[in-house]
Amino acid sequence: MTKKKTQKRPEEGTLLSGTELLIQALVDAGVDTVFGYPGGTVIGIYDALFDHPEIRHILVRHEQGATHAADGYARSTGRTGVVLVTSGPGATNTVTGIATAFMDSVPLVVITGQVPSAMIGNDAFQEADIIGITRPITKHSYLVKDVRQLGQIVNEAFHIAATGKPGPVLIDLPKDIQLEKAPYQKPGPVSIRGYNPTYKGHSQQIIKAARMIDQAQKPLIYAGGGVNSEPAAVSLTELAVKARIPVTTTLMGLGSFPESNPLSLGMLGMHGTWYANKAVTESDLIIAVGARFDDRVTGKLSAFARGAKIIHIDIDPASIAKNVPAHIPIVGHAAEILPELTLAVGRPYTQGWLEQIQKWKQEHPLQYDKDCCRIPPPFVIQKVAEVTDHRAVIVADVGQNQMFAAQWYGYEEARTHLSSGGLGTMGYGFPAAIGAKLGNPDKTVVCVVGDGGFQMNVQELATAMKYGVPVKIVLLNNGFLGMVRQWQHLFFKKRYSQTILSDANPDFVRLAESYGAIGYRVEKKDDVLPVLRKSLEVEDRPVLMEFIIEPESQVFPMVPAGAALNEMIETNPEPTA
Amino acid sequence: MRHTLSVLFENSFNAIPRIAGLFSGRGYNITSISFGQGEDPEVTRATITTDGDERIIEQIAKQLNKLVDVVKVIDLTYEPFVERELALVKVQATPSTRAEIMQITDIFRAKIIDVSGKTVTIEITGKSDKIDAAIGMLEAFGIREIARTGAVALKREFKK
Repeated sequence: MTKKKTQKRPEEGTLLSGTELLIQALVDAGVDTVFGYPGGTVIGIYDALFDHPEIRHILVRHEQGATHAADGYARSTGRTGVVLVTSGPGATNTVTGIATAFMDSVPLVVITGQVPSAMIGNDAFQEADIIGITRPITKHSYLVKDVRQLGQIVNEAFHIAATGKPGPVLIDLPKDIQLEKAPYQKPGPVSIRGYNPTYKGHSQQIIKAARMIDQAQKPLIYAGGGVNSEPAAVSLTELAVKARIPVTTTLMGLGSFPESNPLSLGMLGMHGTWYANKAVTESDLIIAVGARFDDRVTGKLSAFARGAKIIHIDIDPASIAKNVPAHIPIVGHAAEILPELTLAVGRPYTQGWLEQIQKWKQEHPLQYDKDCCRIPPPFVIQKVAEVTDHRAVIVADVGQNQMFAAQWYGYEEARTHLSSGGLGTMGYGFPAAIGAKLGNPDKTVVCVVGDGGFQMNVQELATAMKYGVPVKIVLLNNGFLGMVRQWQHLFFKKRYSQTILSDANPDFVRLAESYGAIGYRVEKKDDVLPVLRKSLEVEDRPVLMEFIIEPESQVFPMVPAGAALNEMIETNPEPTA
Repeated sequence: MRHTLSVLFENSFNAIPRIAGLFSGRGYNITSISFGQGEDPEVTRATITTDGDERIIEQIAKQLNKLVDVVKVIDLTYEPFVERELALVKVQATPSTRAEIMQITDIFRAKIIDVSGKTVTIEITGKSDKIDAAIGMLEAFGIREIARTGAVALKREFKK
């Protein structure tokens, strides 16, 4: 973490108010960006922030936008995202963002103002029991009761958020504590009795795993979000290449293994590739790394990889053997374990297996109807990949747009695909893209979003304008709540109950323009590439590109909910004309 | 199968709801749960009795361990351990039934700790099944109220 030194650190023992102690603790933690929104119980904190230009505060337009932006910042940089909001509604507005980060193990520190200690429990104005509300969706939380503990609490919060299996930590800070004074102390080492995450894997287990890999004939690596960072992703590639083992990733794992590598099978699961799901079903050894056998990945559990032994590597012991029993469990961080495993592993005979997979790839590639009437969404994603050379940070929202972005971009690097995988939060994409761009000023950041999800946090156009954040918004407009419509199409006799959005959608181009952003509407296939190219030239503001796509386009392959992975619907059973 | 878990956690206002919330949020059963200060003034010991198959119990232990406040989780089920629960049972008693109630109280090594014209209150300690048995015997007289603590347990030591 970089520390800019515009303000001198106070001497140890200097008496500071709670607000000053908080800001100083953030500076000490290396925080350079805070996403927030002021309100009654945090006015004092904002006042203290006024004197600290080394912390850049991003004023959002809704507290949910702040948590998603901090989340996008964290996922794309690896640094902990920080959120500052007021009590009551400010705090409750962060809940969806906190739950999103919790499900996907994203490090956040969320600071909420609280009514004065003496008024807590009295149903005071703008009081909410945010500790209670967020208890099941935070890794840990603190109500500050003594200003002398504030510095240490902030220090611990950052430690807990970023270590082990990362996650959001909430600090609730009552207004009276903000005003009290205490001597400043430099942050010391953190020691929490009940919290000692395991990083290094058990050596004997690693050796056992290596021997099991050596004997496998149809091994498969299944990589998840736990590998989607450096240096774990590099180690994953080294293992796969040395032992010649094919790799499939989860949605959260996209980017952890370069898809241009012939060993890549792309994504598995409900909308995974045919050959990835086939390979899982046929495999005799699955090496799961930083993944948790989520139901969207496994399909029907009883039919999941029936002939395979399982090696399960994860930093969270509770994720191991939760859904699928592991033959060899290894608790620890992928970045520690994978290099050791790579050293220990030989070269299993996988030639026949790799040839089989190659054949499956040729026979059942990802495909879409290229001559379809309007712009096919996969075509847009392919062109985005072309103009950004597979190196942009893609921030996908949720729904069909998310699956198109997952299937068709071709990710090459860790931390370049961000999406709400666990919670599936519509409205995540756009604010998260703003956070990602603020954290990665030198990278191109593209938000792939639908007409529904974009409207869930459209107010953040103002934030992007205020700070001149040049996010490229690829809005795939089908006028539908597309993924739900797809389920209605396939499983509910095309009864499109409450999924039609087109009759009241805004003019997205004019909407963008009203904020001062640039808007383009693209209705022809031939215009896709030129408009994308044009958008890359804009460096001072967001560009919204609205692609009018086929309204009833669908995402395939698809494993229907509750079906086995090899029971895929490969293409549209009844193509739309 | 019934499991007895001993959970040590750092004293914090938030720890007890976090532990209880884990059970409700993840749909685990709690048969009984009891809290009290342990040997270390900064640490509380909870004794939790729960039901579930091996996979569920393993998950419960792992999820408890994952809580930052939790210092240690011990599943006592497969170790020799001593377990006690305390129950206060208020039973209807008339001069004609009192002697019989006292006899039952003696058999269960329980104590009468309060008496009124119409009731006696009995203190019973022991394993939960013994308390169940005592209550079963007392039901015939008419039970007014019951207060039970839930089990507390410690591992048995054999070293001399």
